[in-house]
Amino acid sequence: MSQNTIVKSNSQNVQKEMITRNYDKMTSGKVKVASTFVPGNLNELLMCFDIANNLPEINAIQNAMRKKSGEMIMEAERGGHSEDVCTYVKADIGMMAKGNIAPNGKPFRDPDLLLLSYTGCFTFMKWFELLREQYKCPTVMLHVPYAADGHATKNMRDYIVKQLKEEVIPTLEQVSGIKFDIDRLRGYLRKSAQAEDDLVWMLEQSKRKPSPIDCYFGGVYYMGPIFTAFRGTDECIEYYKLLRTEIEDRIAKGLCAQTPEGDMAEEKYRLVVEGPPNWTSFRDFWKMFYEAGAVVVASSYTKVGGVYDYDNFRHDAENPLETLADYCLGVYTNRNLPTRVDMLARNVIEYEADGLLINSIKSCNSFSAGQLVMMREVEKLTGKPGAFVETDLVDPRYFSAANVKNRLESYFQMIDQKRRAGGSAPAPLAA
Amino acid sequence: MRTFIGIDLGSTTTKAVLMDENAKVLGRGITNSRSNYDVAARVSKQEAKISARFTLFNQALGTKGGADRLLADLERNFRLEQFLSELTQLEETCEAYLDQPRFKDSKSALREALAATFRKIEVEAPQIYAPDAERKSDFFRDIAGSRFMNIAEAVCKQSGTSFESMLNIYDKSIIDIESLVSPDETVSKQLLSGLSRALREVAGVEVSEADAQAALTRVLDIELEETYVVGTGYGRVRLPFPKEHIRSEILCHGLGAHMMFPGTRTVLDIGGQDTKGIQVDETGIVVNFQMNDRCAAGCGRYLGYIADEMKIGLHELGPIAMKATKATRINSTCTVFAGAELRGRLALGESQADILAGLHRAIMLRAMSILSRSGGVSNEFTFTGGVAKNESAVNELRHLIKDNYGDLTINISDESIYTGALGGSEFARRTVMN
Repeated sequence: MSQNTIVKSNSQNVQKEMITRNYDKMTSGKVKVASTFVPGNLNELLMCFDIANNLPEINAIQNAMRKKSGEMIMEAERGGHSEDVCTYVKADIGMMAKGNIAPNGKPFRDPDLLLLSYTGCFTFMKWFELLREQYKCPTVMLHVPYAADGHATKNMRDYIVKQLKEEVIPTLEQVSGIKFDIDRLRGYLRKSAQAEDDLVWMLEQSKRKPSPIDCYFGGVYYMGPIFTAFRGTDECIEYYKLLRTEIEDRIAKGLCAQTPEGDMAEEKYRLVVEGPPNWTSFRDFWKMFYEAGAVVVASSYTKVGGVYDYDNFRHDAENPLETLADYCLGVYTNRNLPTRVDMLARNVIEYEADGLLINSIKSCNSFSAGQLVMMREVEKLTGKPGAFVETDLVDPRYFSAANVKNRLESYFQMIDQKRRAGGSAPAPLAA
Repeated sequence: MRTFIGIDLGSTTTKAVLMDENAKVLGRGITNSRSNYDVAARVSKQEAKISARFTLFNQALGTKGGADRLLADLERNFRLEQFLSELTQLEETCEAYLDQPRFKDSKSALREALAATFRKIEVEAPQIYAPDAERKSDFFRDIAGSRFMNIAEAVCKQSGTSFESMLNIYDKSIIDIESLVSPDETVSKQLLSGLSRALREVAGVEVSEADAQAALTRVLDIELEETYVVGTGYGRVRLPFPKEHIRSEILCHGLGAHMMFPGTRTVLDIGGQDTKGIQVDETGIVVNFQMNDRCAAGCGRYLGYIADEMKIGLHELGPIAMKATKATRINSTCTVFAGAELRGRLALGESQADILAGLHRAIMLRAMSILSRSGGVSNEFTFTGGVAKNESAVNELRHLIKDNYGDLTINISDESIYTGALGGSEFARRTVMN
């Protein structure tokens, strides 16, 4: 990575302050804390009980971007965890073994509750078993049925609502000592929906040419507040208003996507990306794209905490518990492969992308299983070429820069060749 | 004349292909990558130009009247001239190292030992390049190195000089010599001297000495203009080329295979450190590819490691494996684990040939996995890269392709190691001509 000054937008700085404040809150000892996962998280419900939301995957990501995850993973491996285990898990276990210091430099206090709100990933369940053993705190599981037939059913929804009423809410009341108030929940859900409207507006701006934003590398910043501890808050609404203003400004000026080194000079390739990014070499990875003039116009990872654009889901204050169920059921990795293929193919067509790139994650089975088949299907449906790179989430040992760059360069040149042969239209210039 | 050059900078060797405006290949050059891609690129390019001069000379002379024999002899004698010239440079460089303070007390003894060693190599040189002589390598470093080790050891033993100091001097000097690229004038002189030697040696050639000399001089006077050069391979980013002169090796291998065998639809390339499965369309455009990721198991380096473990030469692996009566099942494709498994199998009394056959099969099973992930194998199938020269690897591949995909046409070119460079040179030509 170059030593140049990193360009950040105002919204990025605001988000950074929000994250720092949340870590300060969690490590203050003044609030109850629940550990839970990003996909299908029940932030609005936790807020009804004044419980702060601690997300272990986000801690692993924060540690990876600070170049600390490698030593944490090694620590977990010394403790007996295999090389093949999800590296989010090992980074978390390693962080605990090394004093459980939060990214703000202060020690985490033990959680008051483990809320396993989503089980589309089987590893989540095993992960929380390990945490339960460590913390010996109350643990509650919300079982979300897998949408194997491509859609959620009424039975699935009723099953989740029943669990919320009979298991989750009573446990939260017990841990917090606060009685559940459904109108308080409705209030938060209204705020969620308001921010979600701006989120979807943001996602759709990359249909423009040039795209004013990058919806994968840039997207992980844009989706941060809504997928973590802020959905349902006023500051989340304010964040997305600010982001919208920034993007509107970029559109007015006809700017290409923003990168850590400033605005992209030219948009040469438009891609849809499937799979999480690599976090340990996040900026180096991104640089391989923007240096070549490649912008990601849509990605499945920006749907990992909730899918809002595909079937127009918004949190619904009129049906508070049912809407939480729908939210959990609709999470990206809870969708079956044909649905994921349909989402990606639609993205390639609607965002006029040059093709689908898959970043396959070595230690993430829930994302990676079936990805090659998905790539072939999307190629067939769109007629656009696909490509495949392999990295990892937070293990620095599994990012081979030369290998990834080789594949990306080959892919970009393949798109060029296809265009010359009339197989793939170039990204037209700015209007 | 306008020429178009593709240079493939591999982890082990660097290859160059030079073609004319009509996509006719005039010359090919290869050298070891020597951890210095800049030099390797220049050497391979110079070698391709030399090879092009041979082609042009051949065109000038034709093949009748024993001209083909003359050409073969010229090439052999030119290599001898080239070897002797580099040997002189090596000796001068070794001499210069003697001025270092550490050799103050042993300088004269070392000088004598060096002189004795180099004189003996000079005497041996014509035998090294004799008509039927077999060379394990054509690289100066390998030939000079092996002769120097053997002769210097004997010389030092006899004179009581430190062999270790001699090796030290040699190791430093060879690096300097490898960084030198012969200028065109030197090459021309070597070619003309080589021709004189050849004319003295070859009998029954109807071409007169004067005509041959005149034809070669005319060929040497042709300027081989580097109209456009394209770099590919792992070292491509290290080349002093503008970005638009760099092409992905996957695309170059796809196009190169298409040019060698236009019916190609699937390409397998096994190079030093990676294995690639590539699908191309009827015009040579890559439509899909897969390659190994972080692990190089199953690549050319794997075979190099196995050869080291067995203390045999890399080129001996295939022939030994072909003598196998069965292929021992090797479970690990991990390079290190396979080494351990190999020692275990040897200890159990299994034959070297059977184990090697099993190892070749293990490599090809891994290649088959990459091929299937790239979209399978379609007719015609072309196998490229250094490993395509290994007959046992090819044998295993043929069986696996037949078992999994049926009877397909399998293409392997004698020049398969140049596939990437060939694709690169065609990209260079198209950039200018289209």
